[in-house]
Amino acid sequence: MDFLRPDTLAEALAHKAERPDAVPIAGGTDVMVELNFDHRRPAALLDLTRIAELRTWDEDDGAVRIGAAVPYTRIIEELGGRLPGLAMASRTVGSPQIRNRGTVGGNLGAASPAGDTHPVLLAAGATVEAASTRGTRLIPATDFYLGVKRHALEPDELITAVHVPVTHAPQQFSKVGTRNAMVIAVCSFAVALHPAQSRVGAAVGSAAPTPRRASAAEEFLSAELTSTNQWESPKPLLDSVKRRFGDLVAEAASPIDDVRGSAAYRKHALSVLARRTLGWAWQDYSGKVA
Amino acid sequence: MRVNVTVNGEQRQADDVWEGESLLYLLRERLGLPGSKNACEQGECGSCTVYLDSVPVCACLVAAGQAQDREVRTVEGLVQGDRLDPVQEAFVDAGAVQCGFCTPGLVVAAHDLLDRVPKPSDPEIREALAGNLCRCTGYEKILDAVRLAASRKEAGA
Repeated sequence: MDFLRPDTLAEALAHKAERPDAVPIAGGTDVMVELNFDHRRPAALLDLTRIAELRTWDEDDGAVRIGAAVPYTRIIEELGGRLPGLAMASRTVGSPQIRNRGTVGGNLGAASPAGDTHPVLLAAGATVEAASTRGTRLIPATDFYLGVKRHALEPDELITAVHVPVTHAPQQFSKVGTRNAMVIAVCSFAVALHPAQSRVGAAVGSAAPTPRRASAAEEFLSAELTSTNQWESPKPLLDSVKRRFGDLVAEAASPIDDVRGSAAYRKHALSVLARRTLGWAWQDYSGKVA
Repeated sequence: MRVNVTVNGEQRQADDVWEGESLLYLLRERLGLPGSKNACEQGECGSCTVYLDSVPVCACLVAAGQAQDREVRTVEGLVQGDRLDPVQEAFVDAGAVQCGFCTPGLVVAAHDLLDRVPKPSDPEIREALAGNLCRCTGYEKILDAVRLAASRKEAGA
């Protein structure tokens, strides 16, 4: 095995072009587990932690560009005001030790259906920045997840950043687990209000082969709120509306039965999470508009 | 490969390090520092918690090569001369040690908490220690130890 230690992004991309089989490692919270348990023996590790520009974030044109190696702890501490949903999901990742190392870039690279940040990235309308020696491209989160632990990167590409729109509108994230800390989601859900576009974003995690948007639920609620003029003058949401939203979210999922929960439980839990998080987000929005 | 790393203030070097090896293995098996414990090797138990550049991490999840040119502080490094750190002392005095296996990781996690939050609330203590498992104490004595260390630090400050 080789250990590649680039100091610059250009060097890292040159390595990846030459060695597409090199496994990128930043926080190591997924990669090292696979190595420790002998589940993986990559030909090379490509350490991204020495590359300064991957450890920075900046705000430009209404979005925050978060370098792929920025750990969750910094997202929670530094970006909670601009990216409430992402900060909320980051707070639920592992333990302090894990949040000190783990990154959104790594969450994306692992592309686990249970990754905590995925539903938020989908609901918020994030874009993944991928780079190679051939250039840089932006992949909408919606197009990024292709299957269980499969994503849209080419073998010579590295995730360099994720772009998340800044918002002052409410966002919520909630997950079901067997305890409060250190738990992989049985299922998770994110909702994001986009009042400027009279639109709602909603996505489920750990309830299908990939994280996925609940498009029918998004369309139903967006149409409902727009036709009743509630973006301008919000009223308490009708139970029937919250219930229908929850049902449509559950319908968007295609979960499996596994050790963490049954498919039926996951669908039921998602409908409850959707109703509750929407209730919290809408109450927050009503307070802000009033 | 060769790895150069500062451990507890001392420049250390290890040769023939396997590229997929963890920092934990490097510390325990190559540098003779058995304080950080090896239990789950997947970041679940926290018994290998060390500071890496002043940030608490699971040493089992850091590739040894990633520690090149960085600073590591282990539970052994909390001792000042022949005096235990106040957190270590509080663990002894509160009886927060049973088999002792989880203790080093808990001490480092508690040490970091009290550095950041001198007077932590109980929920803050619980959250800070959420990544450290203990299978004997039931945690109550551990919470007592952190409260004791906090009150002594406050009294001493």
